[in-house]
Amino acid sequence: MIKIINLLGTPSREKFSLFVPIGIFLFSLGLIDVTLNSLFDVNITSFFPRGLNYFTPLIFGFLGLYYLRIEFSGNKMLDKLNININSNWFNSILTLLIIFVLIQNIPPLLNWLIIDANFVGTTKKDCSDSGACWIFIKIWFPRLMYGLYPNAELWRINTSFIMLITLVVALFYIPIKLKKYLIIFLIFVFPFIMFNLIHGGNFGLVWVETTAWGGLSLTFIISVFALILCFPIGMFLALGRRSSAPVTRYASIGFIEFWRGVPLITVLFMASVMFPMFLPDGVYMDKLFRVIIAITLFEAAYMAEVIRGGLQALPRGQYDAAKSLGMGYWRLHLLVILPQALKLVIPGIANTFLALVKDTPLILVVGLLELVGMIDMAKTNPDWLGFATEGYVFAGILFWIICFNMSRYSQRLEEKYKTDR
Amino acid sequence: MSEKIIQMEKVSKWFGDFQALKDIDLEVAQKQKIVVCGPSGSGKSTLIRCINRLEEHQQGKIVIDGIELSENTKNIEQVRAEVGMVFQQFNLFPHLSILDNCTLAPIWVKKIPKLKAEELALKQLESVKITDQAKKFPGQLSGGQQQRAALARALCMEPKIMLFDEPTSALDPEMIKEVLDAMVDLAKAGMTMIVVTHEMGFAKEVADEIIFMDEGMIVERANTEDFFANPKNERTKLFLSQIL
Repeated sequence: MIKIINLLGTPSREKFSLFVPIGIFLFSLGLIDVTLNSLFDVNITSFFPRGLNYFTPLIFGFLGLYYLRIEFSGNKMLDKLNININSNWFNSILTLLIIFVLIQNIPPLLNWLIIDANFVGTTKKDCSDSGACWIFIKIWFPRLMYGLYPNAELWRINTSFIMLITLVVALFYIPIKLKKYLIIFLIFVFPFIMFNLIHGGNFGLVWVETTAWGGLSLTFIISVFALILCFPIGMFLALGRRSSAPVTRYASIGFIEFWRGVPLITVLFMASVMFPMFLPDGVYMDKLFRVIIAITLFEAAYMAEVIRGGLQALPRGQYDAAKSLGMGYWRLHLLVILPQALKLVIPGIANTFLALVKDTPLILVVGLLELVGMIDMAKTNPDWLGFATEGYVFAGILFWIICFNMSRYSQRLEEKYKTDR
Repeated sequence: MSEKIIQMEKVSKWFGDFQALKDIDLEVAQKQKIVVCGPSGSGKSTLIRCINRLEEHQQGKIVIDGIELSENTKNIEQVRAEVGMVFQQFNLFPHLSILDNCTLAPIWVKKIPKLKAEELALKQLESVKITDQAKKFPGQLSGGQQQRAALARALCMEPKIMLFDEPTSALDPEMIKEVLDAMVDLAKAGMTMIVVTHEMGFAKEVADEIIFMDEGMIVERANTEDFFANPKNERTKLFLSQIL
């Protein structure tokens, strides 16, 4: 085989002008073959025997890349390509396969998502079968965002989220002196304002049952509350697990191991079905609260272990130094240990937060309909049967955007607090 | 004789089965400078770490400036605020600038207003000659600068006693001098100091008395000239012959 390939001699710098055109020609031939085959159903190599013509693109491409593999060719771009994607025969085959898979799949995907998709119309009948039916998303959009929240009251949800975003953005631009007050406000006061605004029942606002809450806004509400609550709880659990007092230590270990040992879905069932049975008569606790508390405690156990990892990474000298300056337990931890430990575990914290956000759709098992739950409801609506794919793709894209931004934000934090050197 | 600021009576300390300190009796007067030397594992570091209770002693009695060290956390914190310590590995807080390292404890432990604490910190940084590094983070400084910053940080608490746990052992040879110079200045200013070190030149220049420890016991305690001129104990002679 090698001898046949080497008919023209080994590719070398001396014969650059011979090998490069041949390589490019064969490589392009392979690409054209695949493209024509997958997009236009034309097989230009049909004169080959059946078994062989299936592999022709691969063979052409392989030969092309072989001839292009000239060491120190003197051409910077070619050298760079050779080093990165064509360093030996195995890598060249991987490169070819990846290119072929992309050519095979991207055009049909784009076709379905955009080119053949339907955007205009109001009913199922306006949709053709060939592409995605985004009309489904368009019509259901308010429901997917706000759940069954009364239309007339939607401004309340909008206002509270605009306030939240404004405050968070403001956090980056206000002077450091005011910053801590804003953070305190954001964590201890704002959740109640937001909650009251959405829940209503006073200040002339109409009472909206939590069962009517839903869609993406519910995803956010649950995430925001669980994030804010699980962080301090996790912190205390992490400290508790390292405490020298046996009662505190074993209580923390027990709590953490219990919550880490049970699946979230059973925790949710327990919170919604079992828990009310243990409450005394006449005491009622809203299902949404129960679910938020369940998710919070569940994620707090994970958070505790992440933070403990950071605590353990700190050298003993830091404790010694802080103690020798006269700091007691709380000052030592709040001023010296935790700031460093938390900085170390920002990636782990981000991980837990992302997991939390992506766990929220599970609440549909107890009948709370956040984004994915609403899509489930919409796709079973008799007028709109058969659009599950569109719905889940939409949810996937939204979750990806949310999570990607959280991840970017955590990277920025990491960069910002990097003071090691 | 001036007032005894450190009094240790029959202090013993075990790590598991290993006895690190055996019946240590030690009295230190105010403004005295004591150098502790001895082979590694002899309990030097443990001794001074017991003085500000970074290690607990299990037997005996330690009284610092009239306060007895016991389980009482309030006493411990009070003692620690009066006793400064410099470590072998500097142990600066890497997440804070040098200035913040120096002001952290005065602000949060002694409740000094921020501006005043910064003024004090700059004065201390001036005395160890690193005022120009105040805004930098520990990771950006050389070892010698870090150790001097650590010294300034301890001094910002205005301690009555300073403990040094092998302050120059982790430094490059050329940085040792700048740290020792800062310590000599401090000694001249009249600080009570207990220094664990192998720098015998420093000991000769500064120390009033030298303590030689071996296997958890104080083998010999003598004033500096006697200690080097005619050591009494055989173990001390052997040690000195090896390091001088």
